[in-house]
Amino acid sequence: MKPKDLPEKAMRPVVNESGIEVKPLYTAADVEASGGAGMIGLPGEYPFARGIHSMMYRKQPWTMRQYTGFGNAADTNKRFHYLIANGQTGLNVAFDLPTQCGMDSDDPQAEGEVGRVGMAVDTLRDFEIAFEGVDLERITVSLTINGAAAILIAMYLAMAEKRGYDLTKLRGTAQNDILKEFVGRGTWVYPVEPSIRLVGDTIEYCAEHAPKYSPVSVCGYHIRESGADPAQEMAYAFCIAKAYADDVIRRGLPVDEFAGRLSFNFNCFGNLFEQVAKFRAGRSLWAKIMKEQYHATKPGSMWLRMIAGGGGGGLTFEQPELNIVRGAYYALICALSGTQTMALCCYDEAYTIPSEYAQRISLRTMQMLIEEMGLTDTVDPLGGSYYVETLTNQMRARMETIMAEVDAQGGIVKLVAEGAIQAKVSAQAYRHQRDVDDGNFRKVGVNCYRTEDKTPEMEFHPYKDEDARAQIQALDRVRAERDAARVQAALARVQADARSGANLMPAIMEAIKAYASVGEITGVLVGVFGRFREPVRF
Amino acid sequence: MSERSRPIRVVLAKPGLDGHDQGAKVVARALMDGGCEVIYTGLRQTPQSVARIALDEDADVIALSSMAGSHLPFCTKLRTLLVEAGLTDKLWVIGGNLPARDHAELRALGFKGIFPSSSRLEDIVNYIRTNAP
Repeated sequence: MKPKDLPEKAMRPVVNESGIEVKPLYTAADVEASGGAGMIGLPGEYPFARGIHSMMYRKQPWTMRQYTGFGNAADTNKRFHYLIANGQTGLNVAFDLPTQCGMDSDDPQAEGEVGRVGMAVDTLRDFEIAFEGVDLERITVSLTINGAAAILIAMYLAMAEKRGYDLTKLRGTAQNDILKEFVGRGTWVYPVEPSIRLVGDTIEYCAEHAPKYSPVSVCGYHIRESGADPAQEMAYAFCIAKAYADDVIRRGLPVDEFAGRLSFNFNCFGNLFEQVAKFRAGRSLWAKIMKEQYHATKPGSMWLRMIAGGGGGGLTFEQPELNIVRGAYYALICALSGTQTMALCCYDEAYTIPSEYAQRISLRTMQMLIEEMGLTDTVDPLGGSYYVETLTNQMRARMETIMAEVDAQGGIVKLVAEGAIQAKVSAQAYRHQRDVDDGNFRKVGVNCYRTEDKTPEMEFHPYKDEDARAQIQALDRVRAERDAARVQAALARVQADARSGANLMPAIMEAIKAYASVGEITGVLVGVFGRFREPVRF
Repeated sequence: MSERSRPIRVVLAKPGLDGHDQGAKVVARALMDGGCEVIYTGLRQTPQSVARIALDEDADVIALSSMAGSHLPFCTKLRTLLVEAGLTDKLWVIGGNLPARDHAELRALGFKGIFPSSSRLEDIVNYIRTNAP
């Protein structure tokens, strides 16, 4: 067909969210023009665009790790066992906001929020209950915790040690990405500099004492939720990961001793091919950064190990049952992208904490890809597609440009501390919302194909004030039973080490083992470091 | 609207510990584009701080953005403080993750404008421009 005979849609320019124009047809010439096939390689080999392992899912499917936690430790323990019984292979723990902000359940600011959006945790006793009966060698645990991460990592290690696990073999992950909390999500506690120091302390401590534990999972996810496009999502996450790496390298830790335990968390909503290209491009770019800029020599140091499957920003309040379908596409995207772990979003999460029913649908969605759809049969099935390879090259180039811009503007730490990244992505979120409202960015059920039919009733997660009171009573009992002198001595050491600049983890571990609370340890650190003051910029 | 001697002043607050501020910031920009003056409080506001800022800033509109489910206990406490501060003649609105079953109670507490997730920006701005005192 001549262009004039093409239908209107074929003639309209299509530009993806990352700003790359998509052509109606791709050939080998496009791959060549976008940089060639040099970065494709083989799975398990540098630059790992096709996957970090040679056999990928053929050897082992992705870990299934639904995000869960609510009420107290006993409630959450019950849900953990439900998910494990349904075939889940990892745990991903949600904490309530007081815990995430470093407050005890009896803090006045915690009122009305204890156990509401996640599990309430005050002391080691809560972790002992939460993980009771969970085999920590078979089921790896991810802690979604940031501002209070050093404390909760210590709590996890202390709990595992108490149960007789060898810390040198213990696996697991903590989110512990504080820089992205300043951009989006907001569970910061201390100012930027001491916050980065604490992340460095956990990396350094784990490298020595728990070398299989992943102390950080750098999140592009929340930056995307805050308004970043997919290329920015990955570029900003890499800038942040480099900031943590630089901190521990300055302390003298060789890159190959910690880089292999850095992990990442990415979003997956949006255009399917753009997402797949994002993951493939990111994998090869991170490998290149670690090899060329950090002179890593171990392949593991160059691996972009990741969790994906969350896509909250793509889910809709309207016609929520359609989110089951969206979730299935997101899982497909992640499987085609070669993620190591999936935590698939649930159809009801635009409304409430996911119900058991919704969690099971998400689990079954992933299991269907494995059992019925052939997604684990062959590695990187889209590799070699002219379109996907061209887009992968273009996405990688976009990410490199964005990272160079950040460096030219003074680096990610400065831009986050000043609120510049926040202002930039929030302006984009506003333009995007305008586009959705005006129908320029299509969302099914929102600005097209709406229905006036009633949506099915949602099962809302219950919240009971008496549960919060019970949590406070339990905390009071721990406080009454523990060795008060040991707690005081441990907290004094936390304070001294915070001042001296020593690695804080040994002191925090001792405080945790003495049953000092999250709020008590945080209070001591706030006394030394102060609190973050949020820059509000528009 | 027509006799207004100054732009509508909106204090837009993030109540409680919830850090999901994308929506609040988007609404702040929409209101600014709609001709309002917006005082955005940032995260972690207590009922006391919201009432104080609303008074100090001489707000016409007190707006909350709540995503993490604690809107009823927060608004109950805030109502008492706003009444004490003599701010009952101002327009109180709330947006965010607000289940339909809570709307009547929010309205009874004095929050006249309720904008659950997925509300259109234009509708929020028009409502405030029409109903601000």
